[in-house]
Amino acid sequence: MGIEVTVEGLTKSFGKQTVWQDVTLTLPPGEVSVMLGPSGTGKTVFLKSLIGLLKPERGRVLVDGVDMVGGSERDIYRTRKLFGLMFQDGALFGSMNLFDNIAFPLREHTRKKESEIRRVVMERMDMVGLLGSEAKLPGEISGGMRKRAGLARALVLDPQIILCDEPDSGLDPVRTSYISQLLIDLNAQIDATMLIVTHNLDIAATVPDNMGMLFRRELVAFGPREVLLTSDIPVVRQFLSGRREGPIGMAEEKDEATLAAEQLAGTATAPPPPTRLVPQLEPSPGLPPRQAVQRRRARVLGMWDQLPAAARTAAQTGLSPVQGEPA
Amino acid sequence: MSAPVRLRDPARRRGPAGRREIPGTGALRQTGQLMTLAATTVRDTFRRPFQVRELIEQFWFVASVTILPAALVSIPFGAVIALQVGSLTQQLGAQSFTGGASVLAVIQQASPLIVALLIAGAGGSAICADLGSRKIREELDAMEVMGVSPVQRLVVPRVLATMLVAVLLNGLVSVVGTAGGYFFNVVIQHGTPGAYLSSFSSLAQLPDLYISEIKALVFGFIAGIVAAYRGLNPRGGPKGVGDAVNQSVVITFLLLFVVNVVITAIYLQLVPQKGA
Repeated sequence: MGIEVTVEGLTKSFGKQTVWQDVTLTLPPGEVSVMLGPSGTGKTVFLKSLIGLLKPERGRVLVDGVDMVGGSERDIYRTRKLFGLMFQDGALFGSMNLFDNIAFPLREHTRKKESEIRRVVMERMDMVGLLGSEAKLPGEISGGMRKRAGLARALVLDPQIILCDEPDSGLDPVRTSYISQLLIDLNAQIDATMLIVTHNLDIAATVPDNMGMLFRRELVAFGPREVLLTSDIPVVRQFLSGRREGPIGMAEEKDEATLAAEQLAGTATAPPPPTRLVPQLEPSPGLPPRQAVQRRRARVLGMWDQLPAAARTAAQTGLSPVQGEPA
Repeated sequence: MSAPVRLRDPARRRGPAGRREIPGTGALRQTGQLMTLAATTVRDTFRRPFQVRELIEQFWFVASVTILPAALVSIPFGAVIALQVGSLTQQLGAQSFTGGASVLAVIQQASPLIVALLIAGAGGSAICADLGSRKIREELDAMEVMGVSPVQRLVVPRVLATMLVAVLLNGLVSVVGTAGGYFFNVVIQHGTPGAYLSSFSSLAQLPDLYISEIKALVFGFIAGIVAAYRGLNPRGGPKGVGDAVNQSVVITFLLLFVVNVVITAIYLQLVPQKGA
C-alpha cells in the first residue's frame, strides 16, 4: 500500500514574491489526487517541495515519518527512494540512451544482475509503449516519448509515491487518454499514492479520487473529487468550465473593476455545476480492482456529514457498490 | 553527515523575509557556498559506491585536452626563463648558477601555474558547461529525486580527475620546461653544459619538487571545485551557463595566483633553502 503524505502549513516564496502560503492537506495512502491551478500558481513548485528539491520557508511535509523540508539530508535522500517523479519534459540524461536512462535507478540502488535489470527495464518500457526504442538517445525522440520514458524511469524502483508533473502537456488528446488509463492501471497494480499536477480538464474529471486547486497564493480547496467537481466556488467553477468569466484573468487575477463589469453584464455566473459526474476511469480488464476504492469509500462515508449537499448527491452514485458497471 | 550543498534556491539570495541585505554579504555567501561544496566533495570522496568509470572517463577527457597544449606552452616558457635568467646572471657574473636558478623558477612557479591555467581553461570550462547544461535541463534534479547525490556521482570524479591530471601533467611540464631551458642556455646562449647541470644540485633540492607537486594538486582541486560550483549554479537558461563558464575560468585564475603566493611564502619560510 502507498504511503500517506501529510503537508502542514507549507509556505514558499521566491524573494518577496509568495508562491503559496499555509498549504495544508493530506494525500490519502494509495489514492490518486490531482492538483489543479491556472498556469503560474506554483503547482510544479509544490511538487518539488514535496520531494525536498525546493525548501519552503515554513511548514512540514511528512512522508514515512521524515520531514522533507527540515529533516536531515541523509533521511531525505533515503526517503526519496520511495518516490517516483515524472518531470514535465522527462528530464532524461541526454548522454545516455533510453535503456540506460531507465536502468539508471536500478544500477544505482540495487545489486541486481544485468540480466535482471534488462528484464525489469523491458517490462517497464513495454508498459509505456516504448519497446524497440531502447537504443535511441533522448534527443532523437519526440516530446511524448520522452515523457513516457520519464514515467518508465520513475517506475523501475516500484515507488510507493508517484508524482506526475503535467503528464498531458505536449501530448495529443488520444495519448492523453492513454496516459490517464496508464496511471489508473498503475494505481491498480502497485497501489501507490499518486499526485498529478495538471490543468487538463479530462484528466481532472476522470482520473483522480481527490482534487485540490491552487489559486491566489493559497490552496482554494482539497477533497474528494465530488466536492470539487460539484463545487460552486467561483474560481473552481470557472476553471473546470474553462470560461473567461470569473476571477482568473489572462495575466494573473482580474481586478475589481473588470469583475464588477462582468457582474453587471450578467456574464459573471458560470454554468451551474453538473449534477451527474463523468464516471471515474476503471482499471483495464484483466487487472486487479483498485484497493484504494474501498478505502476511499470508507473515508468519504466517514466525512459524510461535512460534505456539501451537491457533493453528497454526486457521491451517492459514485460510491454505490456497482461503481463502474454500465447502468 | 549532513547538508550536501543546497545552492539552488534563489530565495537564499535574499535574507529571511526578503529584506534588502548589507552590501558584501552576497560575496561572503558565494564564498561560503564554494567552501561548503569543497567540504562536501572531500567528504563524498570517501563515500561508496565510488564512481570508478566516471573517474576514468573524466581523467582521460581532461588529460586529452591538456597534454599537448601544456607541452607546447612549456618549451617556450622554459626557454624564456632560461634566457632571462641567463642574461641576468651574466650581468652579475654568476653564469655558473644559471641552471639552478632557471630550473627552480620552472619547477616551483612556472610548471604548476601552466598546468593549472590549462586545466582550468580547457578541462574546467568543459566541466562547468557540462554540469551547467545538465542543471538547466533538470537532469541534476532528476538525479537527486532518484536519491543519487550529484556531488558524489558527478563532482567527486571530476575534481579527482583534475587533481590527478594536474599532478601528472606537472611532471611532464617540469621535464619539458627544464629540457627547453637547457637547450636554450647551452645551444643558443653557449652556456657550459657541466656548469648548468652541477648548479642544479647546488641550488635545487628535493623538497622543491615536492612543493611543485603539492601546488599542482591544490591548483587542480581549485580548478575542479570552482568549475563544478559555477556549473551547479547557473543563473537562468543557456545564457546563464555561458556566463558561468566565463566566471569559473576567471575565478579560478584569480584564486590560483593568490593561493600560489600563500603557498610559496609558507614554503620559503618553513623549508630552509639549500644555497642559503
